[in-house]
Amino acid sequence: MVLKEQEVVEVQEKVLPKPTKNKRSMKRHFLHLFLLPALIFYVGFQVYPILTAFVNSFYSFKGMVRQDFIGLENFIRLFTEEPYNTIFTNAFGHNVIYFIGTVVTKLVLAFALALLINSKIKGREFFKAIFFMPKLLSVIVVGFLFSLILNPTNGALNSFLKMVGLAEWAHPWLGDPKTALYTIILVNSWYGIGFAILIFLAGLQAIPEEIYEAAKIDGASGLKMLLQITIPMAMPSIMIMTILTFIGSFETFELVFAMQGSSGGPYYSTDVLALFFYRLAFGSVDGGDAIGLGSALAVVLFLIICTATAISLFFFKRKEIEQ
Amino acid sequence: MSKSLKQFIKYPILIVFSLIALYPIFLMFLSSVKPNLEILTSPLSFPKAFTLENYITVWEKVNFSSYVWNSVYVSALSIFFILFFSSLAAFYLSRYDFKWNAFILFFFMLGLMIPMKLAILPLYMMMLKLGLLNSLNSLIIVYIAGNVPFAVFVFYGFFRSLPKDLDQSARLDGCNEFQIYYKIILPLMRPSLAIVGIVNLIGVWNDFFYPLIFIHDDAKNTIPLGMLSLFGEYDTQWNLLFAGLSISSLPMIVAFLLASKQFIEGLTTGAVK
Repeated sequence: MVLKEQEVVEVQEKVLPKPTKNKRSMKRHFLHLFLLPALIFYVGFQVYPILTAFVNSFYSFKGMVRQDFIGLENFIRLFTEEPYNTIFTNAFGHNVIYFIGTVVTKLVLAFALALLINSKIKGREFFKAIFFMPKLLSVIVVGFLFSLILNPTNGALNSFLKMVGLAEWAHPWLGDPKTALYTIILVNSWYGIGFAILIFLAGLQAIPEEIYEAAKIDGASGLKMLLQITIPMAMPSIMIMTILTFIGSFETFELVFAMQGSSGGPYYSTDVLALFFYRLAFGSVDGGDAIGLGSALAVVLFLIICTATAISLFFFKRKEIEQ
Repeated sequence: MSKSLKQFIKYPILIVFSLIALYPIFLMFLSSVKPNLEILTSPLSFPKAFTLENYITVWEKVNFSSYVWNSVYVSALSIFFILFFSSLAAFYLSRYDFKWNAFILFFFMLGLMIPMKLAILPLYMMMLKLGLLNSLNSLIIVYIAGNVPFAVFVFYGFFRSLPKDLDQSARLDGCNEFQIYYKIILPLMRPSLAIVGIVNLIGVWNDFFYPLIFIHDDAKNTIPLGMLSLFGEYDTQWNLLFAGLSISSLPMIVAFLLASKQFIEGLTTGAVK
């Protein structure tokens, strides 16, 4: 590749009329304008603020104004001082449940549906498109829509249950602290399942047909083929979806915000870390030094998410080498 | 179980789950053309009388016309600049051999794994200082900044697959470097422009988080944030709520029906992110 580029440059030098050296370097300078706009936006409004968030987490704040360097004080307060530590642990636990719940419902179901779609059926593209539809809505729309559907008195779900004679199943799904979080997880699964199906389908389609034929000749049962061929061979896509689900679970904000408000009601039973961060930073939890604490929380979230992403990148690299 | 029975049983399962996937969306549109009382008393029934009144009310009374305009403005400018800046940068990174190119590419790729929302506090303070709070331009700026890495990533991959002879012959024809980009490369990259454009359109059009933080003036709301005011103000008028939700979703659904292949391809590419 490198050699080729050099050759091109050489040919270019021979063929093109030779500009004077000054003009050439002028032209080279002009080229940097191609890179500049993208770089300026990216550095100025993404890299710089992220770095600032890191720096801020080591400082105390008075309102919006940075005060003194206080080392790890913000982090220590976040983890040991009431009420922050209780809120943090509570919200963190919900993020973990959110992740596990989404894997169990969305990913397992999506994998099963992807298997069905991948088998020889008619209307494959049609089903793909249908399952994908919810993903087109804004998360906030999904949240509001389901808060109407799940409304205990006038909502469609409870009306439906009454209509089919299951009136005793009717329930204030989002109003009961016992069911609220799980209900949100199910709504989230509804929203994201089509995307998971697409990723799994891509993984399943990469498995060569011959392997199954060979296994059939050897007399392998359907279940055995699923466990010993399909799942191991689709492992890359399963890993990707698991990691994306992890990141999504720890970033989750809009859905809970729309359905349960900024404090993750009822009684903080659906509170998650991103909501806690939002309340710290933009709510009125603690006027004085909320920015420092908020920045510390952002850094903690950042580290949780980046660890997962780093693992995924490592995984991608290894996959590339194996191929 | 015989093979044909097994084959046959797949369809009912897929159809049941398709209904679960579609029904809430269908119900949203259905309810949006029903009067309020009918929604509250019989949420599942078909409308006795079809009415567009809800839409008209939402459009005029609830300021939805300006929400839609704001969303269109923000989406159009963001996507234009994301595509323009990123394709130029990717062109630079893949076509010229400056010694820092590998590093800059890596630097952009880091942006794919950074959860950008966590920079919201410093971003908020920056916007405050720049006097951009409450301005739609603040949204455009963060959308460009946040989406450049993914776009550069896709375009770079595309440029790598494009033979360099093309540039060379154009150069011999007397094109300058920008003309090569503009006249030769850009027309060839329409498919990847479409994919990146669609992915970003869905993200920008539907985004709620940045407007929530940056915009505090009802007249400047984008549609998703407008939804919050709508639900705050008219929480008992479900007919208006459903109409608002429908207006918000309709453009993406129509676009999807027109170009479902590009949507699906685009979002699967997005998975790498």
